[in-house]
Amino acid sequence: MHIYLPIAEVSVNAFLILGIGGLVGVLSGMFGVGGGFLITPLLFFVGIPPAVAVATSTNQIVASSVSALFAHLRRRAVDMKMGSVLLAGGLAGSAVGVQIFNTLKSLGQVDLLVNLCYVVFLGVVGSLMLIESINALRNARRNGPPPKRRQRNWVHTWPLKMRFRTSGLYISVIPPLLVGVAVGVLAAIMGVGGGFIMVPAMIYLLGMPTKVVIGTSLFQIIFVTAFTTMAHAITNQTVDMMLALLLILGGVVGAQVGTGIGTRLKAEQLRILLALIVVGVCLKLALELVLPPAELYSLGSGA
Amino acid sequence: MRLGALLLAAATALPLPAAAEAIVAELSQTRVSITANFDGSEILVFGAVKREAPLPEGELDVVITVLGPLEPIVVRRKSRVAGIWVNTASVEVDAAPTFYAIATTGPLAAVMSDTEDLRHKVSIARAIRSVGAPQDVTDSESFTEALIRIRQDTGLYQLEEGGVRLKDATLFDTAFALPANLTEGEYRTRIFLTRDGTVIDRYETTISVSKVGLERYLFALAHDSPALYGLLSLLIAIAAGWGASSAFRYLRR
Repeated sequence: MHIYLPIAEVSVNAFLILGIGGLVGVLSGMFGVGGGFLITPLLFFVGIPPAVAVATSTNQIVASSVSALFAHLRRRAVDMKMGSVLLAGGLAGSAVGVQIFNTLKSLGQVDLLVNLCYVVFLGVVGSLMLIESINALRNARRNGPPPKRRQRNWVHTWPLKMRFRTSGLYISVIPPLLVGVAVGVLAAIMGVGGGFIMVPAMIYLLGMPTKVVIGTSLFQIIFVTAFTTMAHAITNQTVDMMLALLLILGGVVGAQVGTGIGTRLKAEQLRILLALIVVGVCLKLALELVLPPAELYSLGSGA
Repeated sequence: MRLGALLLAAATALPLPAAAEAIVAELSQTRVSITANFDGSEILVFGAVKREAPLPEGELDVVITVLGPLEPIVVRRKSRVAGIWVNTASVEVDAAPTFYAIATTGPLAAVMSDTEDLRHKVSIARAIRSVGAPQDVTDSESFTEALIRIRQDTGLYQLEEGGVRLKDATLFDTAFALPANLTEGEYRTRIFLTRDGTVIDRYETTISVSKVGLERYLFALAHDSPALYGLLSLLIAIAAGWGASSAFRYLRR
């Protein structure tokens, strides 16, 4: 069944879009990542114009994140206080990121920079997570209980300390704020929610318990992507409601399924799976940059 | 005075004076409505050659073109820099049709002379308007060729040589497939009647393509009140997320 998208001005197979939404929804529910790093390239692949794909996927991320967040809220796995601190940093960072993005755009080559950003960040984050979680699995098998990860590091010695009861942390607000800013900047440049950077940062830098990390990250992503959706709708008119609706229908169902799977798997297994997906996407993008393309020429809309 | 004005009007209305043969043509539809389940459309063009005198000497041919709205396009070319493929050169095309289809009774070069092609801008390459490439690009033709190649592959540019059926040098018909990713606008449809490559009559009409219903409403809302549209999109997203969450909780009980 084909559907004509009013803003993208292309006709697409409705079931294909529902499927993409569903797949990304499952990942969103399982790992607490928005899935923007997957959905945007997938939409490019089915022929949606890039500007519309980026803007519309942020709208879809809002829906799947809301759906998944409710499940985590009921389990009391959301640290609202930590989420608000991250959000404050995130909005500031996103404003800065949009400025950087526009500057790069006027210099040309923004596509290349976005792609390089993807390859570098997905590669670094994915490999680190993969190594860490494989080690954790090995240790768990060898000596029974895993070693306590929450040791005192530099994060715990900074001033302006605040108690985050849900996470069981008493740390300075500066590190979470900085994490928020960094994620906001990258999210705006790469057109994603930023969960794939925030989740590891929360676990490894802030030392938050894995079960709380996912809900808290979803909480922050909802607000940042809602902000981005509005910005795209107002400045570029590139949010396609019809496309978003199809993605959302697939996505919300997928998110519920994903949350269910997520509760049944162990934290280490979850992290290995996410790491493998992140590394896979990174390799695919890297290959595209290195291998000779089938068509050397490409069309873009003129001024 | 009045007679002179009438004559002038008649002269401008008929660019080809004293046409011994004239086209009488019709389209199966002159309005294409883009609805939510729009999946392309087929337009039939058919007609006849009206003659006052006996059939003259020479080969009679028909060329039919459908031209979509024009838009500026940037064609970029990649090359390898430090091991990765980067866009290194670009040429701006001032006006390229979003859709262009040609159907003829035979090879284009044979049914229409080069002069006529140049005058009426019939062949695909001539329908594209490009004023000069930047200084550093020496082979700007390869960029235009790439534009044509890419759009031909997606069915946006079509050249059907032999696609028009001509019966007894009188009746002709053809069909155009309008693709699903159609742009709104007026599609200029031209029919040329040629004898030995020279245009002896032409007929012109337009097909208007427009969004209707929900498609029209959403497009207008997105452009007229973007803030409201953005909020509505978010509201749908939040409602769908909350609805799915509640529905699944209910199902699990």
